[in-house]
Amino acid sequence: MAGNQEGIKDVAVDIQQVKKIYETKNGQVIALNGVDLQIGQDEFICVVGPSGCGKSTLLNIMAGLDTATQGQILVKGKKVDSPSPDRGVVFQQYALFPWLTVEDNVEYGLFNKKMSRAESRETAERYIRMVGLQDFRKAYPKELSGGMKQRVALARAYAMNPSLLLLDEPFGALDAQTRAQLQAALLQAWEKEHKTCFFITHDVEEAVLLAQRVVVMSSRPGRIKSIVEIDIPYPRDQATRMQPHFAELKNEIWSQVYEEYLMQVK
Amino acid sequence: MKYTKKRNIRIPDYIYGILSLVIFITVWCLISSSKAGKIFASPIRVLEAMQAKIENGDLTRHTTASLYRALMGFSLAFMCALPVSFLMGWYRPFRLIVEPWVKFIKSIPPIAYIPLIIVAQGIGTSAKVTVIFIASFLVMVISIYQGVVGVDNTIIKAARVLGDNDFKLFYRVIIPASFPHILVGMRLGMSAALTTLVAAELTGAQEGLGQMIQEASMYFQMDVVLLGILIIGIIGFSLDRVIALLERRLTGWQETRKV
Repeated sequence: MAGNQEGIKDVAVDIQQVKKIYETKNGQVIALNGVDLQIGQDEFICVVGPSGCGKSTLLNIMAGLDTATQGQILVKGKKVDSPSPDRGVVFQQYALFPWLTVEDNVEYGLFNKKMSRAESRETAERYIRMVGLQDFRKAYPKELSGGMKQRVALARAYAMNPSLLLLDEPFGALDAQTRAQLQAALLQAWEKEHKTCFFITHDVEEAVLLAQRVVVMSSRPGRIKSIVEIDIPYPRDQATRMQPHFAELKNEIWSQVYEEYLMQVK
Repeated sequence: MKYTKKRNIRIPDYIYGILSLVIFITVWCLISSSKAGKIFASPIRVLEAMQAKIENGDLTRHTTASLYRALMGFSLAFMCALPVSFLMGWYRPFRLIVEPWVKFIKSIPPIAYIPLIIVAQGIGTSAKVTVIFIASFLVMVISIYQGVVGVDNTIIKAARVLGDNDFKLFYRVIIPASFPHILVGMRLGMSAALTTLVAAELTGAQEGLGQMIQEASMYFQMDVVLLGILIIGIIGFSLDRVIALLERRLTGWQETRKV
């Protein structure tokens, strides 16, 4: 059930033969070994794979925070070579500025845009409401729970209005209940705001719940093992997990990830 | 069976502060009333010495001289330590060149190079300021540098992704994120300044608390010696409190453990 790469009409992201080699004391480590992937406009992609398969490396290269040893990534036809506000990133460790309040955190990047103060305040306020933190706009990160911090990080990324949103295991550190709430919030935002999402996770169920296509990566050196189309219609919610087809897809992806895990152990 | 409500009255912190002071003075009295009393003057004798020194203007003269030197050396050191430590944290070549010097001079006790500076600059104020400058500069550079390199990498990444260039990143992220370390550096630098101040004054000065102690010890006026020690302690303690207050105002956003 591999998704065909040729069928994408509006290509938002074009990953071409990306290779990443790290030089270490013990010689070369090939983190990514020729990754090819095309992502459509407004598409939701989830990437799963065993740890150390280079998923985060790929995301960092897409963000412009790291460079590819070979190959290139085009976003809307332009080559990625440095970070850009057009590509938002949400990190697993929240990465909030602890000396700023919630609203100042959300507003942070807007200062780098040509925007009046009133306009940026208003934009920040809108996204604080989107993630349901209007009662905490004056709070500092240390006063927030993990789930709330990640809501702030989501609002901060959305406020920049990027065309591409890169999420690096954003809910990995949260408990199951909080994670479910944030998955719902993210799905809602995605259906409303239409952004291309590239979401890394180690949780196969999360991937099936969120994505239109799930990319399974092989163990190191990282390559794309397969792409699974998730043909479950949106809107999806927690009840979607109960569908037999959901379980089928989950099992299929999980067995592929497990296969790679076994390869790694050997 | 009788149920008694457990009364949970929290004793305010200042009560403990007073208690701490009372115990301190009691122990002092006990020591001075023992055999050691000949050397260790009682609080009353120290108070009398203080009154005498205030009346003839000695105390103000010595204290101002010392305070001036300490604050002067400290402020100059702080102004130099900030850019140097930020450069060290930001530019690798600069760090690789400068760090060995800092570590090397830091390992030398100031007492060892005080004679050299006195010969070069005389026994006036400038020599003391130089000594204090060196000692407190080195302490602050190391501490602030730790803060600059310790800034969380993901926060830096986040700022870059949100559109910060190098310059903006520096003053919007690196500086505020290093604030806690800057203040810790200030506290350490201040205490280094006072330590070396006394060392510098003991080796030769016309005025200053260290000189007052030195002179009094020659005439075996142990009450004056104790007075000098006490005032240096009070100065150090108060300055530390001032910086602590600053710390609370400026870095309240930090996640700290409460005891």
